[in-house]
Amino acid sequence: MSEFLPLADAIAKHVADGACLALEGFTHLIPFAAGHELVRQGRKNLHLVRMTPDLIYDQLIGAGSARKLTFSWGGNPGVGSLHRLRDAVENQWPGPLEIDEHSHAAMAVAYRAGAARLPFGMLRGYIGTDLPGKNPRIRSVTCPYTGEKVATVPAVNPDVTILHAQRADRRGNVAIDGIVGAAREAGLAAGKLLVTVEKIVDELPPAMNNVVLPHFTVTAISHCPGGAWPSYAHGHYARDNDFYLKWDDIGRDRARFSAWIDRHVRRTRDHREFLASLREAA
Amino acid sequence: MSDWTRDEMMTVAAARLLKDGQVCFVGIGLPSAACNLARLTHAPNLVLIYESGTIGTRPTVLPLSIGDGELAETATCVIPLPDIFSDYLQAGRIDIGFLGAAQIDRFGNLNSTVIGAYDKPKTRLPGAGGATEIAAHAREVLIVMKASPRSFVKALDFQTSGGHFTGRSQSGARGAGPAVIVTDVGILKPHPETGEFALSAVYPGIPAEEAKAAVGWPLAILPRLETCAEPTAPELAVLRALEARTEAAHREPVRLPL
Repeated sequence: MSEFLPLADAIAKHVADGACLALEGFTHLIPFAAGHELVRQGRKNLHLVRMTPDLIYDQLIGAGSARKLTFSWGGNPGVGSLHRLRDAVENQWPGPLEIDEHSHAAMAVAYRAGAARLPFGMLRGYIGTDLPGKNPRIRSVTCPYTGEKVATVPAVNPDVTILHAQRADRRGNVAIDGIVGAAREAGLAAGKLLVTVEKIVDELPPAMNNVVLPHFTVTAISHCPGGAWPSYAHGHYARDNDFYLKWDDIGRDRARFSAWIDRHVRRTRDHREFLASLREAA
Repeated sequence: MSDWTRDEMMTVAAARLLKDGQVCFVGIGLPSAACNLARLTHAPNLVLIYESGTIGTRPTVLPLSIGDGELAETATCVIPLPDIFSDYLQAGRIDIGFLGAAQIDRFGNLNSTVIGAYDKPKTRLPGAGGATEIAAHAREVLIVMKASPRSFVKALDFQTSGGHFTGRSQSGARGAGPAVIVTDVGILKPHPETGEFALSAVYPGIPAEEAKAAVGWPLAILPRLETCAEPTAPELAVLRALEARTEAAHREPVRLPL
């Protein structure tokens, strides 16, 4: 049932302004190309969901595409702050950003519940923390069998989840190798699932215990080599740790950030041109 | 071996706390350095779990992110992230949780969320990530943080993760809470009477007064104050080689996937 579409067409067709959107991939397979396409098409008022906002949501927030963020760890991994996220929260630039903050364990069960179409996820969590006092969506339930109190969070069901994966076959099955994070759960929790892939193959090898999203769970597939850069696609290219270090400088300053996003994202036609523009700049 | 830095002493002191065969939930930065140093020296069977889903990983360079490919390639297995938190951490299969934070108080409660008010923060920090549930459910928590009055505070701006907070034993937390705080000026353990973290060991050449000055609460000194053995030549050689490999790997630009 999945449809093969160029990335720009998939975004234009399936992502509306104001949508609740999850771009998942835990450090690995972050769908940067799709995030950039959202900026290019000028999407606004998005409710962004992601365990680790990473550089891609820093860019979407700085570009003015987000109105709300659901997340559990908002830093530049191993480097420091996400300066655009900080600027939005601390100074409301380029606009206010509503925060729906969780822990990783809670986000994980919220996606799991969403994937199963259950109303909430539960965890033995939120113990010894001020977070429930600041987020009224963190609640609890009493176990009907033991009387134990267990923390709950509402299921996350994004209108659209976007993933990046290594391979899809011609029937639209999608296979992920390596660190999978909560990609499978976020994909199955969504109303629509868009996937960008490194490669389209005639047939995937027998999957056994591998992570596969079968074609009837996938709305659209876009062939997009390099689509996870500067994160990585195991077996294709490594994480560009040097770029994550450089982003600390680019993202820190409003003018530098705006110049970067204009030159490399808004003024390029697609991901290929985006990568080429970075090679020129290097 | 007298030619060592305080950062090296801190990493070595943290590594020595780990026992061979323990299952460790590892964070990025100092914890990752300490765990891998232990694995490469006295604890070759240490099981390192990173929250990205890698179990039993044996990286040759330290990862910059919690999900570098190196961690997956050298792991016993790679599992989905929800399984790590639900089936491993909350199920009580983790011996040691390693944490750091922007602020810590005298009971080992941690803040990694905001400086200032939550709704109008002066500094927005990254947030909880895995820390809240690690602090609750790892059998034991080790904390590694550089000490300064800005970070070792009388009162937290926000409590992200629980240490020895009031009511911990009835809270549903499976673990015992923080056992040790390893800093760059000495090692802190809970005082048997007050429960407050107090100075338990100093490093060679760093007086207790310096630790007291670096901690924002009145730091008590435990009756039998020990002095840590300085890093040995083999410990330093392994740590420096690990850091040199890591530095070289992280600065290597990746060819754009064009």
